[in-house]
Amino acid sequence: MTAGNETPDESPFVTPYPHYDVLQKWDSPSFNDATRRALTQRLTEVPRRRFFDAERYTRLRAVVDCVLPQPERSEAERIPVEAWIDAQLEANQGSGTRYVGTPTQREAWRRGLDALEAEAHARHGSGFADLSPEQQTALLKAVDNGAVDQAHWQGVHAQRFFREILLKDAVKIYYAHPAAWSEMGFGGPAAPRGYVRLGPDDRDPWEAAEERPPQPVRGLP
Amino acid sequence: MSSAVSDAQERVRATGGRAPDVFRPGAWVPMREHPESEPVDFAIVGTGCGGSVLAARLAEAGHSVVAFDAGAFYRPLEDFASDEREQEKLYWLDERISGGDDPIELGSNNSGKAVGGSTVHFQMVALRFRPEWFKSRSLLGYGHDWPVDWREMWDYYAKAEAAMRIAGPIAYPWGPRRGSYPYREHELSASALVLAKGAEALGVKWSPTPTATLSAPHGAAHPCVYRGFCKIGCATNAKQSMLVTFVPRALKAGAEIRDLAMVGRIETGADGRATGVHYHRQGAWRFQKAKNVVVAGYSIETPRLLLNSACPQHPEGLANSSGLVGKNLMVHVNDAVWGIMEEEIRWYKGPPSLAVCEHWNYTDEGKDFDGGYAFMSQGPLPTDFATSLVSNEGVFGHELRKWMGHYNHMAGLKVVGETMPQESNRVELSDETDALGLPIPKVTFSYCDNDRRLARHAENFQSEMLRAAGARSLYRTKSTAHLMGGCRMGDDPAESVVDASGRSWDIDNLFVCDGSLFPTAGGVNPSMTIVANTLRIADRIIAMGRRGEIG
Ligand SMILES: Cc1cc2nc3c(=O)[nH]c(=O)nc-3n(C[C@H](O)[C@H](O)[C@H](O)COP(=O)(O)OP(=O)(O)OC[C@H]3O[C@@H](n4cnc5c(N)ncnc54)[C@H](O)[C@@H]3O)c2cc1C
Ligand code: SF4
Repeated sequence: MTAGNETPDESPFVTPYPHYDVLQKWDSPSFNDATRRALTQRLTEVPRRRFFDAERYTRLRAVVDCVLPQPERSEAERIPVEAWIDAQLEANQGSGTRYVGTPTQREAWRRGLDALEAEAHARHGSGFADLSPEQQTALLKAVDNGAVDQAHWQGVHAQRFFREILLKDAVKIYYAHPAAWSEMGFGGPAAPRGYVRLGPDDRDPWEAAEERPPQPVRGLP
Repeated sequence: MSSAVSDAQERVRATGGRAPDVFRPGAWVPMREHPESEPVDFAIVGTGCGGSVLAARLAEAGHSVVAFDAGAFYRPLEDFASDEREQEKLYWLDERISGGDDPIELGSNNSGKAVGGSTVHFQMVALRFRPEWFKSRSLLGYGHDWPVDWREMWDYYAKAEAAMRIAGPIAYPWGPRRGSYPYREHELSASALVLAKGAEALGVKWSPTPTATLSAPHGAAHPCVYRGFCKIGCATNAKQSMLVTFVPRALKAGAEIRDLAMVGRIETGADGRATGVHYHRQGAWRFQKAKNVVVAGYSIETPRLLLNSACPQHPEGLANSSGLVGKNLMVHVNDAVWGIMEEEIRWYKGPPSLAVCEHWNYTDEGKDFDGGYAFMSQGPLPTDFATSLVSNEGVFGHELRKWMGHYNHMAGLKVVGETMPQESNRVELSDETDALGLPIPKVTFSYCDNDRRLARHAENFQSEMLRAAGARSLYRTKSTAHLMGGCRMGDDPAESVVDASGRSWDIDNLFVCDGSLFPTAGGVNPSMTIVANTLRIADRIIAMGRRGEIG
């Protein structure tokens, strides 16, 4: 499906739901107190950097901006995915699985980020954060295809790190943010009030209205 | 990470003669307590489909029972947010090592940690085994026979379905007659209608899925409001998890539950019999004396505990004279096909799998593999969907956000496919230890050729059906679901860990009662079979007790 030889369409994402904001339901029966407490913390207490050093953290942010670019958001509106990756590593909260032959998640993240830096230097003579967006994208595609110099990876499987750790951790954070729910038209929190209209092309008044069709993606309509 | 919502994971709740009343905010129910120094009739490790059901039945029969769970005692109405990240608290996230040719994803994929076990976050699909599967070796030529008769199981399924108020159709289209389900079927969501449409187009039968969530009020619980967060915990109590069914029953009958209590070792006496359990609670190791010990920690923790309880009389671990503890671990193939529909589906609404097709469980012709599979309509929440997308397709950048922009038009079919029992698929203890000093389990799993043939067959059939339903741009994802086996029950001490009553062949006062008993996996989600089998085992243990055959 994601045939590597096509040039990716890197036109920015535009939401089909421009007038929908999950947070407008904050005081409605779609939100219960437990949800409000969890989301208040997420929206107001962005964790400070504690795990990575400043340089790796800058690189992490550059990687995040490449895998989940948010050009339409101001710095204040941006979903700071890197902050929660750092916090998760500081807390050493695992996922319950460590695959044989892979280091702990802390070690995998450290080595993976360093390998990206080494790959950037080998290819372009500068650090990952200083590459152009096109160069960054091309480098990450190469990592995903395994077209890397093993010497940089200290025993970490490049594609597995990229998909199973980097991308998974990043989307778990990004798509747990209300701004992401709004942009994809997800109903969001729904307790105690759930939904009444369940059929195709049907929606309750408290669900998002699709105002334009979703953008085509390579291979998708 | 610590929860912003409640302190259930930090502070024990079932203590001081009371336990949370899950139906009323802030309220408590009385709980009988047992001194550690007096042996209780049964110490039960785990409170999921096996542990809580057995605790309720044994307590109702007058036995003294203490049931331990490493997880927290949640109050769904107060503690459950509509938020995937917050709700990760329901999963067993302690590190486990996973290897083999097809290493299994653990954690949220198949392991819960809470009073109520994995049913607190299960998806409520409530199916029965095909009758022949209980004798698959004799009748179908693969796997192992169960030491039970399907007609006996049929009766216990009906009891399990009544206790969990399963909502389902009046007439289920496959297998021998079963009575109508206790609660009426749920309205079909748009995502379920996709499966129905595809099945009709291909000319195969489909059915509304028998589902463990209320379609009408029951007691203090309201019917399902179709909020769709079932997989991360139901905040309305409509979902009939063990936490709101058998756990309250167990408490009412006089069982004691100890939350945040991790059992690390079963103690044995000079005669090799079990004498009680060592458990860690409130920062200290403690010991509960017991006349009988039941292990119900599911397919990884059950073998782990038995192996870690090795002693001079049982150097290879308890109940392990057959060498089969931890072996024959099974999963379900859980590969999926996804596509884009013209119409809006909005699959986040309602229980995610409201339509099912069991055609390939009940049809033997046209198959190039042993075993069977069912598949269901899908409705993953955003991060669940995004993680499977990136790990299978490696999509990122603007393309990823655009792809996620199709979320409300997506539909999918996902298989629950039987894998074969193989001794090489197993749970062992590694040399590494966790924070409590207990050895970390190591899981090894590889598909066999038959499993791969089944997966290919299912992929083709699901793709055909999804296309017939009108989906375009199909793509596929691979994963596994559920755990079964690891402590097989059977009729032969050399070929099984426990007998048909869950009783260890080696130690007469040690039982196993959970999903690890499965000799074969079957092509359906396991919970109803675990609950039914536990009700059956409970009746046998109670009868043995009456006959004086229980210590
Ligand atoms: C996301 C998900 C969706 C699912 N959906 C479905 C579905 O739709 N239909 C279906 O039929 N099945 C489903 N399942 C599977 C089902 O939940 C399990 O098969 C079932 O709950 C297993 O029952 P059990 O009693 O063997 O173990 P569990 O229910 O997992 O209970 C084991 C309990 O033991 C505790 N424990 C373990 N070791 C110890 C120890 N040493 N000390 C103290 N406590 C311990 C654990 O904390 C846990 O609470 C799903 C599972 C998951 C993860
Ligand atoms: S859809 Fe029903 S069962 Fe699922 S979480 Fe909502 S109320 Fe509970």
